Amino acid sequence: MAEYAVEVHNVSMRFNLAREKVDSLKEYFIRNVKKNLARDEFYAVKDVSFNIEKGDSFAIVGLNGSGKSTLLKMIAGIYKPTSGHIVVRGSVAPMIELGAGFDQDLTAAENVFLNGAVLGYSRSYIREYFKSIIDFAELWDFVDVPIKNFSSGMKARLGFAIATTVEPDILIVDEILSVGDAKFKQKCEQRMAEMKAKGVTMILVSHSMDQVLKTCNKAMWINKGNMMCIGDVKEVCARYSAQT
Amino acid sequence: MTFWKYKELLKELVLRDLKVKYRRSVLGYIWSILNPLLMMLVIALFFSYMFRFQIENYPVYLICGQVIYNFFSDATRQSMHSILHGGALIKKVKLPKYIFPMARSISSFINMLFSLVAVVLVMIITRAPLSLTILLFPLPLIYLFFISMGVGMILSVLVVYFRDIEHLYGIFLLALMYASPIFYPISALPPTAAFIIKFNPLYHIMIMFRDVMYFGTLPSLRDNVVCLAFTLLSMGLGLIFFKKYQDNLVLNI
Repeated sequence: MAEYAVEVHNVSMRFNLAREKVDSLKEYFIRNVKKNLARDEFYAVKDVSFNIEKGDSFAIVGLNGSGKSTLLKMIAGIYKPTSGHIVVRGSVAPMIELGAGFDQDLTAAENVFLNGAVLGYSRSYIREYFKSIIDFAELWDFVDVPIKNFSSGMKARLGFAIATTVEPDILIVDEILSVGDAKFKQKCEQRMAEMKAKGVTMILVSHSMDQVLKTCNKAMWINKGNMMCIGDVKEVCARYSAQT
Repeated sequence: MTFWKYKELLKELVLRDLKVKYRRSVLGYIWSILNPLLMMLVIALFFSYMFRFQIENYPVYLICGQVIYNFFSDATRQSMHSILHGGALIKKVKLPKYIFPMARSISSFINMLFSLVAVVLVMIITRAPLSLTILLFPLPLIYLFFISMGVGMILSVLVVYFRDIEHLYGIFLLALMYASPIFYPISALPPTAAFIIKFNPLYHIMIMFRDVMYFGTLPSLRDNVVCLAFTLLSMGLGLIFFKKYQDNLVLNI
């Protein structure tokens, strides 16, 4: 029996809405006095369970605000679910937003090592891959330039190169391919196809049905935090497209 | 143990802090030595004319107190902002959050080690007696490091929930400066103040640091016990507090 790469058991995530967020002492005291600390609660994900098999390419589709990204962040371990639990087997490389976590004052080269360490890789390990990272990002001319002078496309290229060069077991991709030009997009898709061939499990959030159908074999449709259906990518996409 | 897995990240974060601190300044790390020296000069000039405390070799007395206070102030203030500053990362990648205040405390500690060069310089220039007890200098500094880290962990969480802490803490640090025997002798304090000041951990650290650097005596067992107690208290509270609130941090940054 194949072991699952990701198991999601009855997971819910509750947020307190931002307009009720108390972040200054004054507000806190006023609300305390008014006995008004009860907050508007909002469930972004409601009691969702599913499994992802090793080597699968799994898409999560749904409208804006339906809980896709929240689900991804819980799988990536960034959010802790309010209830339920998640089992993840293997190393995870999250690409929630490319170029996040770059330090603006450091150069591209220094950021490669910092970002590598964030993903759990040592300096010597990254040094081995350094050449291929910069090759892929095509940034040899800018290795010693501080990141703050980079364009968003350049940052995205570097971020993608770091996250995909180090060969994770599970790659989490959140609508990142919308940045960058056509040439880079093509390169990214090729790189992701290579990773898929190597057996990397992929979890993808995208609004582009074309991309989902092209890269994934399984899919799940989530609407307002509820799982609507799950299964073969064509079936799920067909039902999702029909409903929206 | 997750800590071991992230030791590389800790190293990178500390390196980042150290690299960024003096980037684009001409003198760079020399500032870490120059800064306490110049500050000591200003205060020494001022106080030698104003108060004329009966303190032998006032420059050395002064700079010893200053190094301790400056480290505590810098480490806790840096740690306080560490979680907010690391927000972009915390929101995108799974990380142990304590690594941020920890990295800032360590980079601040390394900076402080540079300023020790200033202390030694002042000692040589003023021809202070150099005693072997100087070799014990890491002892008070290690106590202080953990006290600062514990306080820094609490602050780093608090400031995420209440941004006011940032401004309040500046006032607190000012009060703490006057409540620490940096530029005045302990004997100058009235009895009530002399009693209250004992609750200030910096007071005990300064005594110990001056014992080994300035007086050339061994730190007493009692001082060690007191400092250790403050260390355990600060780290204990810091860890408990941090553990309790760390999971919700990401939702509030």
